[in-house]
Amino acid sequence: MNSVANPEQLPIVELGSLDELWFQVAGTRCNLSCTHCFISCSPHNDSFGFLSFEEVERRLLEAVEWGVKEFYFTGGEPFLNPQLVAMLERTLAFGPATVLTNGTVLKPEWLERLRAAEQGSLYSLEFRVSIDGPTPELNDPIRGPRTFERAMQGVDLLVQFGFLPIVTMTRVWDEGQDHEILGRFRDVLRQRGYGRARLKVLPRLLLGAEANRTCGYSSSDRVTAEMLIGYDKSQLVCQHSRVVTDRGIAVCPILIDSPGAILGDTLQAANRSFAVTHGACATCYQFGAICTNPSHK
Amino acid sequence: MRLAFFGGIYSNHLALAAAIADARSRGVDAMWCLGDLGGFGPHPDRTCELIRNNNVSVVQGNYDHSIGHGLNDCQCGYTDPRDNHFAQLSYDYTLTHNCDDHRTWMRTLPAQQRVEFDGVRLLLCHGSPRRTNEFLWDSTTSTQFLAKMCDNNACDVILGTHTGLHWQRTWDERGAVSTKSRGFINVGVLGRPENDGTINVWYTLLRTGGDVGAGEAPLPWEVEFVPLIYDHERLACEMRDERLPDEFIQTILTGWWTTCLEVLPSKERRRGQW
Ligand code: SF4
Ligand code: SF4
Ligand SMILES: [Fe+2]
Repeated sequence: MNSVANPEQLPIVELGSLDELWFQVAGTRCNLSCTHCFISCSPHNDSFGFLSFEEVERRLLEAVEWGVKEFYFTGGEPFLNPQLVAMLERTLAFGPATVLTNGTVLKPEWLERLRAAEQGSLYSLEFRVSIDGPTPELNDPIRGPRTFERAMQGVDLLVQFGFLPIVTMTRVWDEGQDHEILGRFRDVLRQRGYGRARLKVLPRLLLGAEANRTCGYSSSDRVTAEMLIGYDKSQLVCQHSRVVTDRGIAVCPILIDSPGAILGDTLQAANRSFAVTHGACATCYQFGAICTNPSHK
Repeated sequence: MRLAFFGGIYSNHLALAAAIADARSRGVDAMWCLGDLGGFGPHPDRTCELIRNNNVSVVQGNYDHSIGHGLNDCQCGYTDPRDNHFAQLSYDYTLTHNCDDHRTWMRTLPAQQRVEFDGVRLLLCHGSPRRTNEFLWDSTTSTQFLAKMCDNNACDVILGTHTGLHWQRTWDERGAVSTKSRGFINVGVLGRPENDGTINVWYTLLRTGGDVGAGEAPLPWEVEFVPLIYDHERLACEMRDERLPDEFIQTILTGWWTTCLEVLPSKERRRGQW
């Protein structure tokens, strides 16, 4: 009877377990303005602000009873937040941490502190450095002039301090070219002395700046309730994550800017289901597990 | 009670035979294997026979699930084509060298087992209680996550394998890292060495009740990780005879992993050579 009363069933995803807590630590502020940035970050985008150290610490304490497995730091560019290093040092007492950075603003004194913090912790500190291909010709038109070289210098610096950065690229080429491009990137990194290169390819999300660069999602790019039947929902980030922003807790790191994505002020309030009706949800559905490190899955 | 736990065997029947003998010589009351019988090594049938003839209870690993059901791959989900190439070679070898009887048996293995000894409630699984192929590494698994997993499953100790590296964490009822009360144990694997330049493999002994060593305050349970020497040179010969990849043989002979390194978090990865 109820199914008759509800013909327009929504594709609902419950929060299964809060495995990853994200911190939108630099808001939408970035020193770069990549043409494919799915939340249109730039030096002037203040729609989300920085998180304070106190806010991060409060959420870390809140995360304990939720059994959060690991913590992610993103922006914008996280290292623009002057308290990031202190936040990471604190976080490593609670669990593993991953920073998503563009690699262009790293300072040796920060990495020295972070290396010491990681060595004193049970947990790994991972860096994901965004570089969109193994050459300036592929990367710079998207991320800006000289950004390939600057980001690669960031990788060099991380390697110098004993980190093993994960080079993360957005697929701005055909999927069929993955193999060749990854191979070339491994060679380039090896030549620079990084023989243990770890690489990750992400699909493009047709949101924010990227929606203007190419085209946004069409109304047919939608997940339906029917498509979720028998589907492993743990493939979707929103099934096991939430994001702390300065405007409240968001459903996932991809949609923070979309209507309805802010679910409440506390983790408790954000423990509710979400209808995955956005165009980007179709990308998650298709590719799965797009936000995690290779060691997870 | 004295209990022995073997992790992934990966067809290393020589290490398995040595481990069974070693555990018996220590007077264990029962033995378990936490899954992944095949892959990597030679003659998968020999591992199955040893397990089935020696009263070793088994939890199903992702490999056993795949082989049992004749799936296309091992469900490890690597993304590096080189890793996938080698994973596929050993998977295809294992699939074609297992007899139907063993494969039927693999299909019937439980995804987890619960047992209780001397009031300690154990949950035995392969990756994690919620997912057979979940990687729980020491450096990427927070204590509050483990504590919650124990609470959700109403148990005191969870034992798993799957990653290939042994480790343990213990905490108290409030989730603080402390002396034993609750715990998670990765029992290691018998299949290959631990990427540390030594050729031994590892298994795990768990003691409960009166078998726990005398301490100031008697603990409800205690763990001992056992380094196990076996005839690794003979294993390498058998692998060569079966034309298994030289990369795998090097791991057996040197103690360094040469493939599938991508899944290691940075702390674990740094300890290796590659
Ligand atoms: S993609 Fe990353 S580096 Fe580029 S503008 Fe957005 S946040 Fe900044
Ligand atoms: S974009 Fe992906 S993670 Fe975010 S709500 Fe949609 S399906 Fe979930
Ligand atoms: Fe496994």
